[in-house]
Amino acid sequence: MSTWSLALRNLLRNRRRSLTTLLAMVVGLVAILLFGGYRSNIIYGTQTGFVQQTGHLQIQRRGYFLDGGDNPTAYGIADYPRLLERIRQDPVLAPMLAIATPTLQLGGIAGNFAAGVSRSVMATGLIPEDRNRMMEWNDLGVVSYARPLPLAGAPGDTVVIGTGVARKLRLCALLDAPDCQPASPPATPDGTALPDDIAALSSLEKAGPAPGAGHRIEMLAATARGAPNVASLNVIQASNMGIKALDDVYMAMHLTQAQRLIFGAGTPQVTAILIQLHHTGQIPAAREHLGRLLAEDFKEADLEILDFDTLNPIYRQTNEFMDSMFSFIALLIGVIVLFTIGNTMSTAVVERTTEIGTLRAMGLRRAGIRRLFVCEALLLGAAGSALGVLCAVLIAYAINHSGWSWTPPGYSYAYLILVRVGEDPGLLIGSVAGMLSVTLLSAWWPARRAARLVIVDALRHA
Amino acid sequence: MHPVSLRQVGKTYRLGSVDVPALSDITLDIHQGAFTVLAGPSGSGKTTLLNLIGCIDTPDQGEITVAGQQVQSMPDDALSDFRARHIGFIFQNFNLIPVLSARENVEYPLALAGVAAGERRRRVDALLDAVELSDRQRNLPAQLSGGQRQRVAIARALATAPRLVLADEPTANLDSHTGAAIIALMRRLQREEDVSFVFSSHDPQVHAEADEIIFIRDGRITGIEAGRNTAGGRP
Repeated sequence: MSTWSLALRNLLRNRRRSLTTLLAMVVGLVAILLFGGYRSNIIYGTQTGFVQQTGHLQIQRRGYFLDGGDNPTAYGIADYPRLLERIRQDPVLAPMLAIATPTLQLGGIAGNFAAGVSRSVMATGLIPEDRNRMMEWNDLGVVSYARPLPLAGAPGDTVVIGTGVARKLRLCALLDAPDCQPASPPATPDGTALPDDIAALSSLEKAGPAPGAGHRIEMLAATARGAPNVASLNVIQASNMGIKALDDVYMAMHLTQAQRLIFGAGTPQVTAILIQLHHTGQIPAAREHLGRLLAEDFKEADLEILDFDTLNPIYRQTNEFMDSMFSFIALLIGVIVLFTIGNTMSTAVVERTTEIGTLRAMGLRRAGIRRLFVCEALLLGAAGSALGVLCAVLIAYAINHSGWSWTPPGYSYAYLILVRVGEDPGLLIGSVAGMLSVTLLSAWWPARRAARLVIVDALRHA
Repeated sequence: MHPVSLRQVGKTYRLGSVDVPALSDITLDIHQGAFTVLAGPSGSGKTTLLNLIGCIDTPDQGEITVAGQQVQSMPDDALSDFRARHIGFIFQNFNLIPVLSARENVEYPLALAGVAAGERRRRVDALLDAVELSDRQRNLPAQLSGGQRQRVAIARALATAPRLVLADEPTANLDSHTGAAIIALMRRLQREEDVSFVFSSHDPQVHAEADEIIFIRDGRITGIEAGRNTAGGRP
C-alpha cells in the first residue's frame, strides 16, 4: 500500500471538492500559459523585426549611436570595405555570420515640387540584396510582416518611402500604395472654392503617371563639407513600416546613391556595418571575437560594437513591460491557486482528524502523515498541470487559427493574435514547475498541522 | 516478564487554567497472555490509562515499561516505530481507513512495519480467515456491518503479531449478540496468538470473559480482581 495509492484514493473520496480544486488549477494554468504564450509571441516577434532591420550587432564609430544621429558624416567609417572583408573571412565569425552589410544613415528634405510639398526624411542607404536576405531571418519562427525591398535590381536612383512620407508628398494615388490615404487639405472655414494653385496641384496629381510606375522627387541633403546637394530620385513604392513615427520619415535608397549625395566624389563612407547572425544566442561569442578583431586590426578607427538590444531600447522596454505584466498575472493566479489548494487540504485535515489519529496510533510517523497530504496535493498539482497544459495548447491552437488581430499602440497596421504555448518549452516547464511549487507550498502548512496533531486529541475528534 | 508495567504513573490535563488530574500514582502489571479489563465509571481514567499503555500519550510522572522497554521518554519517531511493532489497537468506532478495503486495512500495519509482500499476503489471508471475512475482503468498510468492521479491526490489530492489543470499548457500538461474538472472537485469537489484551469497557459480557479486572475511580486503582474466567484464560 504505497503513499501515492492512498493519496489518490483520498482524493477520489471527495470527488466534487477535488474536481473544483482541479478546475481552479486548470483555469489558473491556462491563463498563465495563454498570456505567457502571447507574451512570447510579442517578444519573439519584436526581436525578429529588429534583427531583420538592424541585425544582431552593429559596428559604428564610437559616439555615433548617442550623438551622431544629426551629423552622420562626422561619424563615417571610411575603411569599411576592408572591415567587411575581414569580418566575412574570419574563421571564427564566418560560421556564425548570416549577413554583414554596410549602411549609411542620412537626413534630408524630400520634395515633390510638382505638388509644391516637401518633407523631412531619414534616409537609409543600403545594399538591397543584403537587406532582403536580412529580412528572411526568422530563427524564432514568427509570422513575419517583412516584405523584400523592391530596390534589388532597380536603377540606382530608385527609392522606397514610408506611406507617411508618400501621404505628405501627395504620392499615395500615384504609387497606388495600400494603407496610404491621400492628405486632405484643411477645410476652408467659409466654404469658398479652392485656390487656383491648389486646384491645379490636385488635378496634376490626378493626372500623374499611371499607378505603380513611380514618381520623381528631389532629395536635398547636406554634403560632408556642409554644402547642399540635391538628387533626383524615382519613388517606386510606398511601404507601410508598421510604426507611424517611422512611416512618416522613412526612405530607403541604394547605398551608392546615398554616398554620392553625402560624399559626392570623395571617399565613400558608411555609418554602420550591420551584422546578422544565424542565432541570437551567438551574440556574446560574436561580440567578444569581433571586439578582439577591431582592437587588433582597426584600433585607429575608434569603433564600437552595439547589439540590437542597445540599438532598439524599445525592445528591452517591451520585454520588461511584458515580463512585469506576466509576473503580476502569474502572482495573482498563484495566490488564488495557493489559497484554493490550501483550503482543500485544510478541510481534508479537519475531516480526517480521527483517521490521522488512527494512522499515528498504528505507528505511522509524523513524516508519513506529512508525506500523505503532500502527495495528495502533488497528485492534484500534477493532474491540474497536465490538464492545464492540454487545455492551453488546445485553446492556443484555436486562437492561432481564428485569424483574430489587433493593432499595437503606435503601429499602423494590425498583427495577428498568436499564442506560442506548445512552441515555448521554457514557458511550459516554468509554468508547470511554478504550479507544482505553489501546490507544494499550499499543502505544506495543512500537512504540517496534520502531522503535529496530538494522537489522543485526534482520536477523540468527532 | 510482564508485557506492561506501570510504576507511580500520573497524568494531569490542563483545562483552561485548571489542572485536572486524570491518573494518580498508578502502579500496575499486565500479565502475559491475559485478558485484562479496565473497569470504572465514565471519567474515571480508563481511556487515559489505555492511552498511556498504548504509548499514544505520555505520563507526567512515573515509568511505563512496555514489551521490556521504558517508553515514557522515547522520541516521537521511535515511539511510532515501537507502536507499529508491539501494539495493536481496537477502537470503539472501529476506525478503519475508509478508502482501503477490508484486506488492505489488515495489510496496512504490515506494510508500515516493512513486512515483505509475500509474508504480508500469507499473514492477511490467515487473519481474514480467522475472523471469517475472507469472502468480504474486497469490501470497503462502508460496505460492511458494524460487527464485520470490528472483526476487520481485530484482524488489523493482530496483523503484526504484537505483544499487546488495546481495545477501547470494543463492543460499545455493537448490539449484544454481535458484541458477544466479537468478545468470543477476541478471546479465541488472544489464546491462539498468545497476546495480552487490555480493554476498557463497561460491558458485562467483556467483564465476564476477563482474566483480570482492574477497577479505577477518580484516576486511582481501587481494586484488582481475578475474572470469572481466570481458570480458563490466565496462564
